[in-house]
Amino acid sequence: MTLPDPGSWGPYLAILGMALATYLCRISGVVLMSFIPLTPRVRRGLAALPGSIVVATVLPLIERLGLAAGLALLAAITSMVIRRNELLALVTGMVVVSLMRAAGF
Amino acid sequence: MPSETKSEPQPAAQLTLAGMRLGLRRVSVLMPGVIVFAVAFGAAASAKGLSLFEAVLMSAVVYAGVSQLVAMELWRPEWTWGAIVALAFVTATVNARTILQAASLQPWFARYPWFVTAFQLSFFTDANWLVGTRYHGEGGRDVGVVLGAGLALWVVWVLMTIPGHLLGALIADPRKFGIDMVMPIFFAAMIVPLWRGKRAALPWVVAGIVALVTARLVDGYAFIIVGALSGAVAGALLDDPA
Repeated sequence: MTLPDPGSWGPYLAILGMALATYLCRISGVVLMSFIPLTPRVRRGLAALPGSIVVATVLPLIERLGLAAGLALLAAITSMVIRRNELLALVTGMVVVSLMRAAGF
Repeated sequence: MPSETKSEPQPAAQLTLAGMRLGLRRVSVLMPGVIVFAVAFGAAASAKGLSLFEAVLMSAVVYAGVSQLVAMELWRPEWTWGAIVALAFVTATVNARTILQAASLQPWFARYPWFVTAFQLSFFTDANWLVGTRYHGEGGRDVGVVLGAGLALWVVWVLMTIPGHLLGALIADPRKFGIDMVMPIFFAAMIVPLWRGKRAALPWVVAGIVALVTARLVDGYAFIIVGALSGAVAGALLDDPA
């Protein structure tokens, strides 16, 4: 048996495929974890997970986006240490990266 | 919304309007960035020949910015089943980080009925994961915060796709204003409230090194999931009490 050609439904099927893939990613972490008993070891792993996600996301991005990005993130973290305010940290980082890029970095 | 009685004394699983409003407030610092990102996606979609309806539909049902931009690179005028499956696969690899993000909050989400979690996770993104993680770390237990933040961003994301699509080429390069840096900066700033001392940061060092090496070796976004998993395993193997 062969499927009929997607034809004019192609774009909608492509969007539907993307939506399904994304939703599966969204729920599968919770579904998988519900099969894993929360032993102290698993708890320690979960406790380390948020920071690990943040670092694993950001570090390679600095390498890919360059010096301006790296300094912007450093400025944002410094601002966060001093004032504990996300908005201020965001503005600080954006100002640094805009200035650096305007200066040609 | 308490689901069943628990043996351990914990506050009831809540989902309140007040929580949703708090989520909206907490995520509002990201609105300018999300608006520009949505406009940029709308512009890219119109350049690739998507109709306004198709672009808005994608924003509404996919609601995952980076993967939508990647999809614009792979978009084509004619579709085969193979191309559709390939696009879904690429989308899953770009969004695989949400598997780990939701897993990290699972002990909290598990206390709600499955349909609440299934619904609330439809709006689960980087931004409300960060908001939810921070809130939960402060002792908050109302999942309305996660849902409120996700819903607010979803509405803005879907609506702002429209001017992007209509104005198309008029949109300047968002890179010039550092808009591509909004999420990385927000991520980096999260390190500070997550900080629990040097020993607890050891797994993060493992995560960072593994992610850097993976990014060198493998194209795409695999570095996030490989690095973060390594960090979690390192954390599980550390022997002091959490």
